[in-house]
Amino acid sequence: MKFTDFREIEGRSLGYWGLLGFLGILIVAGLAAAYYMESNGHHVTGMNNQIVWGIPHVFAVFMIVSASGVLNVASIASVFGRAMYKPLARLSGLLAITLLIGGLTVLVLDLGKPDRLIVAMTTYNFKSIFAWNIFLYTGFMVIVAVYLWMMMERRMNVFTKHAGMVAFLWRLTLTTGTGSIFGFLIAREAYDSALLAPMFIIMSFSFGLAIFILYTMAAYNLTGRPLGDAILHRLKNLLGVFVAAVLYFALVYHLTNLYMTAHHAFEKFILLDGGVYTALFWIGQVLIGGVLPLLILFNGQLGRSRPMIALAAALVLVGAFCQVYVIIVGGQAFPLIIFPGKIVSSSFFDGAIGQYRPSLPEVMLGIGGVSLAMAMTTFAIKVLPFLPLSLADEDVDPHHAAAAKGTEAAHA
Amino acid sequence: MSLDRRQFLAVGGAVLASAALAPGMRLVELAEARSPDQAVTNAQRWGILVDTTRCAEGCSACVSACNKENGLQQNVRLDIRPQWIRTVTLQDEQTGYVQTLPMMCQHCEEPPCADVCPTGASFRRADGIVLVDRHICIGCRYCMMACPYKARSFVHENLTGQRADVPRGKGTVEGCNMCVHRVDEGRIPACVEACNYDGGKALTFGDMRDPASEIAKRLATQQSEEIRPNLNLDTGVRYQGL
Amino acid sequence: MTHHNKTVLGAWVTAIVAIAAFLAAAYAFTGGPAKPVPSPLTGVFLGKGKKCVAPVAIMRRYHMQFLLHQRDLTVHEGIRTQRFLLTNCVDCHADPKTNSVLGKHGFCASCHAYAAVQIDCFSCHSPHPQREQETATSAIALAPQHSRIAEMVSKTMVTELQSEPVDGPK
Repeated sequence: MKFTDFREIEGRSLGYWGLLGFLGILIVAGLAAAYYMESNGHHVTGMNNQIVWGIPHVFAVFMIVSASGVLNVASIASVFGRAMYKPLARLSGLLAITLLIGGLTVLVLDLGKPDRLIVAMTTYNFKSIFAWNIFLYTGFMVIVAVYLWMMMERRMNVFTKHAGMVAFLWRLTLTTGTGSIFGFLIAREAYDSALLAPMFIIMSFSFGLAIFILYTMAAYNLTGRPLGDAILHRLKNLLGVFVAAVLYFALVYHLTNLYMTAHHAFEKFILLDGGVYTALFWIGQVLIGGVLPLLILFNGQLGRSRPMIALAAALVLVGAFCQVYVIIVGGQAFPLIIFPGKIVSSSFFDGAIGQYRPSLPEVMLGIGGVSLAMAMTTFAIKVLPFLPLSLADEDVDPHHAAAAKGTEAAHA
Repeated sequence: MSLDRRQFLAVGGAVLASAALAPGMRLVELAEARSPDQAVTNAQRWGILVDTTRCAEGCSACVSACNKENGLQQNVRLDIRPQWIRTVTLQDEQTGYVQTLPMMCQHCEEPPCADVCPTGASFRRADGIVLVDRHICIGCRYCMMACPYKARSFVHENLTGQRADVPRGKGTVEGCNMCVHRVDEGRIPACVEACNYDGGKALTFGDMRDPASEIAKRLATQQSEEIRPNLNLDTGVRYQGL
Repeated sequence: MTHHNKTVLGAWVTAIVAIAAFLAAAYAFTGGPAKPVPSPLTGVFLGKGKKCVAPVAIMRRYHMQFLLHQRDLTVHEGIRTQRFLLTNCVDCHADPKTNSVLGKHGFCASCHAYAAVQIDCFSCHSPHPQREQETATSAIALAPQHSRIAEMVSKTMVTELQSEPVDGPK
């Protein structure tokens, strides 16, 4: 096995600082939006007493789920012993931390009382999944940081496998916790299902890997470091499997509901006449986020084209965002069934579809969170050696190197 | 020792009531008033019984009384306006039968809002009243996601002119608190009072654990039910004629 | 003297000059130590009653602990003894002119502005008195109180009163 040479990126070009500056502007805009929402109250957002969680929560859940999933690349190397993924493990751990911080920042800044974060950190109700998640999230950051240290400090390398195992188990727990935020809600038709926890795990696999592929391609492209097809094609094939698995879980989720007469109204809402939610489900989640990427990734020709691989990963993320939107906002838009068999009406929107239009500040807050994650990652790879100098085929795959040498010898 | 007038009335009334009346015959409200220095206990469980057959369509006495008592602002967009109690109109899908009833926090014995609250701000007081401790509410709205009765609202804007007995403000979640400030003084909730005065006398408030109380007697002898009984939450608000 | 030592000396001189200049400026700005610190209570209406619910020195230092303690007892256990109830403080301390404890000369706001301590009470609680004036008197100092509050107050007062003299409102 060849020794991987990790090196900080140079990060002195105008483009690098321009990128960081751009992200910085988006972060400041996000903070300004949060301040605006906080000082005026949530009436300046699209959220109301019917749709209590909106775009900020979609961004936050999307990033938190992705954060746990992006760590998979490292887990494949450390836990499942695939040597080829080892050079990618550091970036995987880094993205896991930064995406989580980005997601949590959005979540916290959307609170009605963000100034009371200290209360959330000191007063606990241990029956609440939110309270568990506070520990799961902070614990995740600490564990992944230790894991990175084991990977990056040569004397600690012997512990990498153990740290990787702990991190892997922790991340499964974390995503279970995130899924259970919704899965344990008995009140609403869309939730109240144990299926949501494993579904969130498989979603994390897919979202996280798509982000990882895109970030790696961009970083290697912009820094001019070599990125070989061997590693990229493995990643994209894996992404294809995960995308298919996400579709499968969506299918099972809706089939289960369709089998139960009590849930028919909800299924009719999401699948047929839910307006924007139906469109986001079929066009966004299924077509853009599922079918199209699968066609690209498993097509003999398209699947080899780098722009097409990048496009497929981007489509997966668009679909992912739609999926989380349908789960969170669509799930709330469908009214609670308090009186089965009755047509309900009141001044409090009983029995009515919830109306929600995302406002600019909410969207800016979400984008600010994504920018924060990206800026932190981009800065970290400049100051610490996260990225290998080369991910060329002969540097990552010993077999490939041997085979190449063989060919060279034959040609000579 | 000196008391303010209200305390004097409450404590003195209780003493008088228990002294003057024959055993077994009590003035329920006065006799149950605690002294202000006593903590609530689970010896009591406050509840409301709603007789929907007496709830007339178009009557909103309970709603107006609640808004007034708790100082709920009305000059805001409908989708963010606080509604601690609301009248709901039901029409049977099969038969077309129409009825009206009030909906509010059902004061569950096992409240899902309290289960999900990360800080413990949503809680069930020992005497069965479900409350939000706004001092530790962080405004995450998870309770609103979890409530099976859509009983809570979020304060979306800065408030002024709150009632002294009903502190409430931006960024926290709220809902019916059974007029806890009145109950602690030995009075009945504003909606119940208004319904008995201006409305159809559909609401009965009392201690469900006191066998001598009207609510306990009626619950024991007449048919009544919870809303969403399949959730098994053992609600403190019960309905007749659903 | 080496070049290095010269640099160190230079740094010291600069630091001393800077500190001296800062002190001089501070002295000039505050008008020197002889001038008394302005009282935060100038022009502030102190209260309708003759006496507060605890000695003033105790209240100045510990009112927040009392309020916090009472707050939890009231919200979670329904204990509504009058002594440290916020509504009761407001009833007595609200300025009859403005009908509030807030505002420039408000009892709560003026002192907290002076001490640069931000209070969050009145984003939810009413700063206006609600009850009639006669109930808001010092009489409530003796009204029934919960044993846990009484215990806390007496403990605080015993340790405090031993250590420093009590001064009333001027």
